[in-house]
Amino acid sequence: MLRLDYDLYQALRAHGEETYPNECCGVLLGKHQPGIGNHVQQIVRAGNTRTDSAHNRYHIAPVELIRIQRQARSQSLDIVGFYHSHPDHPAQWSQTDFAEAHWLGCSYVITSVEHGKAVLTNSFQLLGTSEEDKRFHDESIEINLAATTAQTQEGKA
Amino acid sequence: MKIHIPTPLRTYTGGLETVSVSGATVHGALVQLTTTYPELKANLFNADGKLRSFVNVYLNEDDIRYLPEKEAAPTQDSDELTIIPSIAGGCCCL
Repeated sequence: MLRLDYDLYQALRAHGEETYPNECCGVLLGKHQPGIGNHVQQIVRAGNTRTDSAHNRYHIAPVELIRIQRQARSQSLDIVGFYHSHPDHPAQWSQTDFAEAHWLGCSYVITSVEHGKAVLTNSFQLLGTSEEDKRFHDESIEINLAATTAQTQEGKA
Repeated sequence: MKIHIPTPLRTYTGGLETVSVSGATVHGALVQLTTTYPELKANLFNADGKLRSFVNVYLNEDDIRYLPEKEAAPTQDSDELTIIPSIAGGCCCL
């Protein structure tokens, strides 16, 4: 299960609307709770370096990931997942998403954005112990409607 | 020197986010890391002993692939290595 507050959920969906018709991407910071799942406490927007094909590809620069990882460490948080949007495509992982997924145990959140409007948001946890046995597992999203964290941050584009 | 371990690989370092190793080069540091934590080896290196293509290693602020000496780059105790798997994808195949 992926847990996050409503404002974070809304923020990552809004990001996909802002970048439409291109894909957005970002990082989920929080804590893994054994037996429960990933608890997101902050989202960080990231720049999509795939300017050559931004409508159907995303890539976060490693140096930006390192900066975000340092930010997480300074706040005693971990990278627990990533999010991106699928402009005018379903909120399901693609073969490209799977081939490029390497963060075992992390959640990969995908939002479909149709004609500029965020529609469906799904989460998939990457399970397995290595590249050879990795697999995506559909995971439920628990949204805390009562709380607001105001922890969305603008990353370097 | 310190090596920062990304979330998915901490399973193999007993949960440690940062591991201290000694090593005169990046390669030496990574060898010591995988000697201490042998389960990391298959996640970092392919069968030919090369870093997997999706594994990025940064020496301080520099991607080692773009350093003149690459993995043979010399290191000092004050240096930091960061292992960071790539993150990418997209909505449909080409």
